[in-house]
Amino acid sequence: MPVASEAEVLLDEEQTDATLKDLARQLLEREPDPAELLLVGIRRRGVELAERLATEVEAQGGVAIPTGSLDITLYRDDFGQIGPKPVIGSTELPVEITGLHVVIVDDVLHTGRTTRAALNELSDFGRPRKIELCTLVDRGGRELPIQPDYLGCRFEVAPGEEIAVSVPSIDGELSVRRVPVERKK
Amino acid sequence: MSRPVLITGGRLLDPSQELDGPGALLIRDGRIEACGRDIVGPDDAEVVDVDGLVIAPGFIDVHVHFREPGDEHKETIESGARSAAAGGFTTVWTMPNTDPPIDDPAAVGFVRAAGERAGGARVYPVGAASRGLQGEKMTEVGELVAAGAVAVSDDGNPIWNAGLLRRLLEYTQTFDIPVLQHAEDTGLSCGGVMNEGKVATALGLRGAPNAAESGMVARDCYIAELTGGHLHVCHVSTREAVEQVRRAKECGAHVTAEVTPHHLALTEDAVHGYRTEAKMNPPLRTEEDRQSLLDALVDGTIDVIATDHAPHHYEEKEREFDDAPFGVVGLETALGVAMLELVGSGRLSLGAVVDRLSCAPARIMGLDVGTLRPGARGDIVVFDPAERWTVDASTFMSGSRNTPFVGKELVGRVRATWVAGERRYELPREASPFREGAPPYVGQGSV
Amino acid sequence: MTANTTNGGADGLGLGKDLTGLQQLTCEQIEGILDTAEPFKEISERRIKKVPVLRGKTIVNLFLEPSTRTRISFEFAEKRLSADTVNIASSGSSVEKGESLVDTARNLEAMRIDMVVIRHGSSGAAQFLADRIPSNVINAGDGQHEHPTQALLDLLTIRDRLGSIAGRRVCIVGDVRHSRVARSDIWGLMRCGAEVAVCGPKTLIPMGIEELGVTVLSRVEEAIEWAEVLYVLRLQLERMDAGFVPSLREYNRFFGVSRERLERAPGDIAVLHPGPMNRGVEIDSDVADGPWSLILPQVTNGVAVRMAVLYLLAGGSPERAESAKEARE
Repeated sequence: MPVASEAEVLLDEEQTDATLKDLARQLLEREPDPAELLLVGIRRRGVELAERLATEVEAQGGVAIPTGSLDITLYRDDFGQIGPKPVIGSTELPVEITGLHVVIVDDVLHTGRTTRAALNELSDFGRPRKIELCTLVDRGGRELPIQPDYLGCRFEVAPGEEIAVSVPSIDGELSVRRVPVERKK
Repeated sequence: MSRPVLITGGRLLDPSQELDGPGALLIRDGRIEACGRDIVGPDDAEVVDVDGLVIAPGFIDVHVHFREPGDEHKETIESGARSAAAGGFTTVWTMPNTDPPIDDPAAVGFVRAAGERAGGARVYPVGAASRGLQGEKMTEVGELVAAGAVAVSDDGNPIWNAGLLRRLLEYTQTFDIPVLQHAEDTGLSCGGVMNEGKVATALGLRGAPNAAESGMVARDCYIAELTGGHLHVCHVSTREAVEQVRRAKECGAHVTAEVTPHHLALTEDAVHGYRTEAKMNPPLRTEEDRQSLLDALVDGTIDVIATDHAPHHYEEKEREFDDAPFGVVGLETALGVAMLELVGSGRLSLGAVVDRLSCAPARIMGLDVGTLRPGARGDIVVFDPAERWTVDASTFMSGSRNTPFVGKELVGRVRATWVAGERRYELPREASPFREGAPPYVGQGSV
Repeated sequence: MTANTTNGGADGLGLGKDLTGLQQLTCEQIEGILDTAEPFKEISERRIKKVPVLRGKTIVNLFLEPSTRTRISFEFAEKRLSADTVNIASSGSSVEKGESLVDTARNLEAMRIDMVVIRHGSSGAAQFLADRIPSNVINAGDGQHEHPTQALLDLLTIRDRLGSIAGRRVCIVGDVRHSRVARSDIWGLMRCGAEVAVCGPKTLIPMGIEELGVTVLSRVEEAIEWAEVLYVLRLQLERMDAGFVPSLREYNRFFGVSRERLERAPGDIAVLHPGPMNRGVEIDSDVADGPWSLILPQVTNGVAVRMAVLYLLAGGSPERAESAKEARE
């Protein structure tokens, strides 16, 4: 996704990386048995974040953590109102999730509806012992009673702006920017 | 009878007298008294100034379906006769495939009487050729003629049995009437609902091939040659049938043929979208067939235009294509379509079109109409050959609206029709602006 | 025949309100539907084979011609998308009592049905219904005209096995004349650039098929030599009764797809069949159950393709999004 030049960089690569390391540390602090952890990234950018987090957890804690991806398109609550149907990505959960400590990983937490959709979808796969939410950025504007358990940073956004997280596999770089809202067709 | 009528100020067009020029027509006691330039009417004549419009012998359609008795909700003899007059027709022949069919003298008499009361075109019944239209036993042809039938036919059905057709073509000679044959080999048409070909294949509809018509036309022509009887081939639709008729005429057989306006104008492409207004029997064929029909009408292989007017209620046509009945109405669009396809394309002169609609039917069937000669019946049509108009089926006089020409712009519009000197139809004034100058219809007084 | 956008029509593929056939679709649209079917295949492998995306939608399966397999496939697709489904079958429905299709349409509209899946014995019936009701209409087979979801699942199966559709040689063998599946497959394959041939006794090949761009092969041995994919059509008993072929035994002898014939294929060849099969007539058992056969993958793909079609046609329009937003403010 090309980022507009008038975008303001909130976290550059080094800072973003540091934030991810910190999140990994928080995870290890709060989960006594990392063998029970499963990081599930929400498509699209949450997936790479989850993978990076897992790498960090392994580096800091010495245990390999499985990661999975979740596509929530079919669980959105606004299906009846959106325009052109979004392309559905794949959902891949490498292990049976019942009894595990699942941490949902997303790039930006906003209204909370994506997280709610992810909770609905996960419950169709099994019954985890615990589900927590880890998000890189919280931009506020909640419409549901959902809060992050692991938070990277908070940023305010003015009307007409949004937070854009970039990851190398999709955008070619690792960063967090404040950008003007793209004109939707 | 009413006052004499003087139709004046028009263009007299009568191919039977090779007449085409300004003039007037005087009708008295239901017959034409005088015709030509400088005709002066008596003082008490009703004078009608048609302001340059064409005055021609009323059109004759030897193939229509009025649905009485049995399906009066589609068309009655009265609504049909009025529809005919609105189309400029002063004589129509109605086919016997009603319910019950017209296969006995009482039924023939019923139709005659209803036609006389109708106040539109003259209505003459065609009697059934076989009892119950079953194609097995000959009807009492003589009795039917005595009761007023003008021909025999099983139309709707073919006269399948060659032996029966032979006997009919022999027997009808005593009464000097033609056999009107709907040529269709049902073994080949086989439930087909449109022309067999690439359009039917793409639409997934069963098709009837050209051979279903041409094979039987060939056979019928040989039987006509054998017997010397008058075979009239109904609604020719294929180039192969045209060839057969041409060959038969060259051999001196007494064969005549008709074509419908819709077959002159449309092809199987009209069916796309499963439009039931394009479903009829015989079906619309390919462009190659259409061109050969036009050529045949021009060179006289096909003698006349006949509409095969087949009214159906809209509910019946508003169905899946397979289930909708065959047929379209045609009386009120015949002139417009004929002029568009024949005069508009430069294939025929206006006079020749009038010939195919009026003089030729009279000639081939031996009728004493289709001419403006003094002494002939006062069956007249006045029309505007230049008027462009858009087809709006809701204005039809017919009881039905099933036309494939909805919304189409046609050329040539009937303004008024007289039968036996009585004005039976007049286009409502608001419907079409008259030319500048004096209003066309004036009341009393001599010119 | 153009896309009708009164309801939905907001999918990125521009499919419009209905799916009545493949003849009017573009290659992009067809490939787009196949791409959308991929994630739906995965859902059928889950323990809970259900996603809530069509929750609250009412779908009527209007099957006015008998069918078990297609109806079940659609029902699974609808239920796996959490829709509410109602089945109307030809026996016992008001249509048997003589209610016209027009009246059926009016009743469906009055009941505010969201989507109708229709199978009917008359060509053009799906379009007839689609023109008269605002619901989405999906053609599950109309007369001899088209059966688009069958062709889509066939295309998906071919694409999965061969990697692409463009340039592939596909021969349809059997009663092409009476087959709506053949017509839809011809349109779909040609749009996506495949080379298409048909093969069968001349009595069962419809007039004008070459003008659609299809080659006609007269012997099944030729077809096997030429094709990479053989699509075998069912030969119905009625064709023998109606005189199109003298006997089923004769048909099998001269046009049946047998192991002996397939073993003479010059390269790899895949065999598809829309089902249900007449084993021993158009296809022998050791072919249907053998290594060439893709018949079972066809069935699996069928549910996924139908889910994709329902998903793409249902719900969602930019106008509704706008008005929903306004209502919230």
